[in-house]
Amino acid sequence: MAEVTAAALESAGRAVTFAVALAGVLALWLGLMKVAEEAGLVRLLARAFRPVLRRLFPSVPVDHPALGAIVMNVAANALGLGNAATPFGLEAMRRLEELNPHRGTASDAQAMLVAINTASVQIVPASVIALRAAAGSAAPAEILGPTLLASLCGVTAAALSARLLAPLFPPPARPADAPSADAPGGPA
Amino acid sequence: MRAALDAISAWAVPLLLAGVPLLAVARRVKVFPAFVEGAKGGFETAVRVIPPLVAVFVALGMLRASGAMDAAAAALAPVTDRLGIPASVLPLVLVRPLSGGAALGVVGDVLRAEGPQSYAGRLASVMAGSTETTFYVLAVYLGAVGVTRYRQALSAALLADLAGFAAAVVVVTWVFGR
Repeated sequence: MAEVTAAALESAGRAVTFAVALAGVLALWLGLMKVAEEAGLVRLLARAFRPVLRRLFPSVPVDHPALGAIVMNVAANALGLGNAATPFGLEAMRRLEELNPHRGTASDAQAMLVAINTASVQIVPASVIALRAAAGSAAPAEILGPTLLASLCGVTAAALSARLLAPLFPPPARPADAPSADAPGGPA
Repeated sequence: MRAALDAISAWAVPLLLAGVPLLAVARRVKVFPAFVEGAKGGFETAVRVIPPLVAVFVALGMLRASGAMDAAAAALAPVTDRLGIPASVLPLVLVRPLSGGAALGVVGDVLRAEGPQSYAGRLASVMAGSTETTFYVLAVYLGAVGVTRYRQALSAALLADLAGFAAAVVVVTWVFGR
């Protein structure tokens, strides 16, 4: 049990170290995104992917800035720019929260974005290929095609279940931060 | 094909970091004030992410140190072996949603022990590459906006993992044989 105690305390410290490291990366990419936004580039990107976005995020208005952040998040994931994907994803979540009537409860759009991000859309799993090469593989990249195929299954499952399961998890009956929130009793 | 993809990975970040400000200048945007304004949000977000991160990291740390993971693997092995997941790859299935680093550690072990061109080696490689660190994404993304009721996000995320693992078994068996 001593090891478990040590592990718990050490992990707590590591979480903060990790967040501090994340802060720099977040600042860099969110700064760049703001520049891209003021230049009109983010909106251009969102417009290019409008047909897909409208299917996946029907509740988000077509010109909403969240969509630009979503496209950049998925693109960063696909290209394996791992540390850029999180900032764009978090920015997208923040923008989606502006549209969320139920504070503290995930909206359908937020659940969809999170589901897509928990599945892998990475085109080149660089770290796995590097590991295989290090282990003396004659064909370290032979898993590229199979990985892509399995990834597609995962992403499809993520998007489908985020959509199909939504009715099973209804949001609260009224917005949690509505003026009447201090009234007693649960949902009618 | 692979060389082209590698080139994209290597060039994408420098090109973005140089290209976006240049384009913005061409469009008469005040680049520096815009950058600073956007970057400010980074620190606030990082701070908001700390509490959920602490929860996930501590839970994972305790799980690993206590040996609960090994016990679960031992209990599941007879079943998963029949489903096409060798006992050596099973820890990967358990650890992949929790920690990317630990998952790569398992892949490295399998590759060293059974060889990159073995069924187990290929399966571990495909599984690691085709799934994500689910609980990290859930905690950070939803924690950053203060969402504590996940609704369908949790089930959808876990189903995606299951689908990814199952697809890995099917595709690897299909492409390389067992």
